[in-house]
Amino acid sequence: MSCTTSTEAASAPAVPLTALDQLWFQVSGTVCNLRCRHCFISCAPDNHAFWFMDRVQVSAALAESTALGVKEYYFTGGEPFMQPALPAMLAETLALGPATVLTNGTLFTPRRVAELARLAAASMYSLELRVSLDGVTVEANDAIRGPGTFARALDGIGRVVAAGFLPIITTVLPGDGSEAEVLLQDFRAVLGRVGYTRPRLKLLPTLRLGAEVARSGRYAPDERVTHEMLHGYDLDRLLCTRARLVTARGVYACPILLDHPSARLADALGEATRLSVTLREQACYTCWQEGAICANATAGAGA
Amino acid sequence: MTRERIAVFGGVYSNHVALAAAIADASDRGATALYCLGDLGAFGPSPDKVFPLLQDASVRVMRGNYDDSIARGLDDCQCGYTDPRDNHYARLSYQYTFANTNPAHRAWLAALPDHFRFTLGGLRVLCCHGSPRQMNEFLWESTTPTHFLSKLTRDHDCDVLIGTHTGIHWQRQLGPSAWYVNVGAVGRPANDGHPHVWYAMLGARDRVLDVEFVPVAYDHEALANDMRDERLPAEFIETIRTGWWTTCLEVLPQRERARGKY
Repeated sequence: MSCTTSTEAASAPAVPLTALDQLWFQVSGTVCNLRCRHCFISCAPDNHAFWFMDRVQVSAALAESTALGVKEYYFTGGEPFMQPALPAMLAETLALGPATVLTNGTLFTPRRVAELARLAAASMYSLELRVSLDGVTVEANDAIRGPGTFARALDGIGRVVAAGFLPIITTVLPGDGSEAEVLLQDFRAVLGRVGYTRPRLKLLPTLRLGAEVARSGRYAPDERVTHEMLHGYDLDRLLCTRARLVTARGVYACPILLDHPSARLADALGEATRLSVTLREQACYTCWQEGAICANATAGAGA
Repeated sequence: MTRERIAVFGGVYSNHVALAAAIADASDRGATALYCLGDLGAFGPSPDKVFPLLQDASVRVMRGNYDDSIARGLDDCQCGYTDPRDNHYARLSYQYTFANTNPAHRAWLAALPDHFRFTLGGLRVLCCHGSPRQMNEFLWESTTPTHFLSKLTRDHDCDVLIGTHTGIHWQRQLGPSAWYVNVGAVGRPANDGHPHVWYAMLGARDRVLDVEFVPVAYDHEALANDMRDERLPAEFIETIRTGWWTTCLEVLPQRERARGKY
């Protein structure tokens, strides 16, 4: 939920799209098989605010994307593997460029993993799998993601690793980030137990919106992007200068702001690429601070 | 009429032994011009040693992100890493290279162009370090769509786009008379378990490009010994000896990472 006043919104800076490097698909809408306590868009089995995209919608955006010079394609949700047409969508995408699926890793059945391996082998482009975990113990993870999710995700990770994937494991870094190296070491140990001996890890900052507000609280009133903060700032660090999110209900500035009507730009991708994005939401402050939080860059396997 | 054939070298990374071998190899193959796409420093020992090699062989050199940082005295190499461990080793390498680069060579780097344009067999060639839109952009084979490369050639008025920055060579034909070529690196093996390094020989006739990637065996043990004497990180030396990358791995996409050992 936005807590932006009209005065603040009017004074917020706006940034144009530099290049459409990333095209995101909210492919399973807000429907997820889990109900995580920190989900920034409160996805859940019964959250039908955004429904699944259909193949026609995905195909139309893919067709538009080539002339726009898109470099990477991302599939998110909700849980993308709840979308029955995902394999077909990935096959169509992988004919054009690299694809990344952001998943909770709990739906990696042997049959699905075999299918993903076939898709990856058939393409000249990388198929990246990004799996979310929260904490290195059952207690820590399952308190956030639900009972049994730690074991199921680890099983899934082991399965995709055995199939030749090197999934990117993402986790939210709590607090001020000072414990990052300890957390990474712990993750390496846990992942090693399921055969993932050179894990690719990505630490995410906390976004204080959606379900996460109950855990971390809201942004302070002055935590928002101002015109002054963009002086001398590399605008390419902001996802909205390099990406757009296509959903079943129009095109948005970025995947973080799905719940924010102000972030809906247009019905069609082409029009959305011509419009600037106003950095009126407080989550924009985290993006401004951290930069490129949604892209695939990882945090290392360590020596 | 002699057909023009050029040699293009990617990142040198202070590997003076490999650079000397590559220059000699290209000359033996009859290269009519030698080009280097930048990043003269990093990883290797005694960065000043590569400058006379390039100058004596009249190699046409452009400025890469590393050279740009060294020339301007920036705090880091602008390599584009996002991982703490990658950045740790990049910092060690950069601090060593900066401290051991003669100010006269820094001034020479500052005067280098950041791209080359020429024609080859009727094809308009644009050489850059990373990409024509961003000096430190990584263009990996498995994450760079053909339509994206075609757009770059259209946006930047060329038929052939040549770059480096990733350290792994690859090429793709984009259309009847359009190509992208990543020449790899002469300073670091290609993460393939072999210690040799790579450069590209390019020729063209009637608007058809001919690309040959050339492996260069060199005395990598001599370089490794130099690196040990300079007390450079053991991880860098292992890469030179084994051909497997040990650092700066997190920028690699799934496909390229899976081919490596680490």
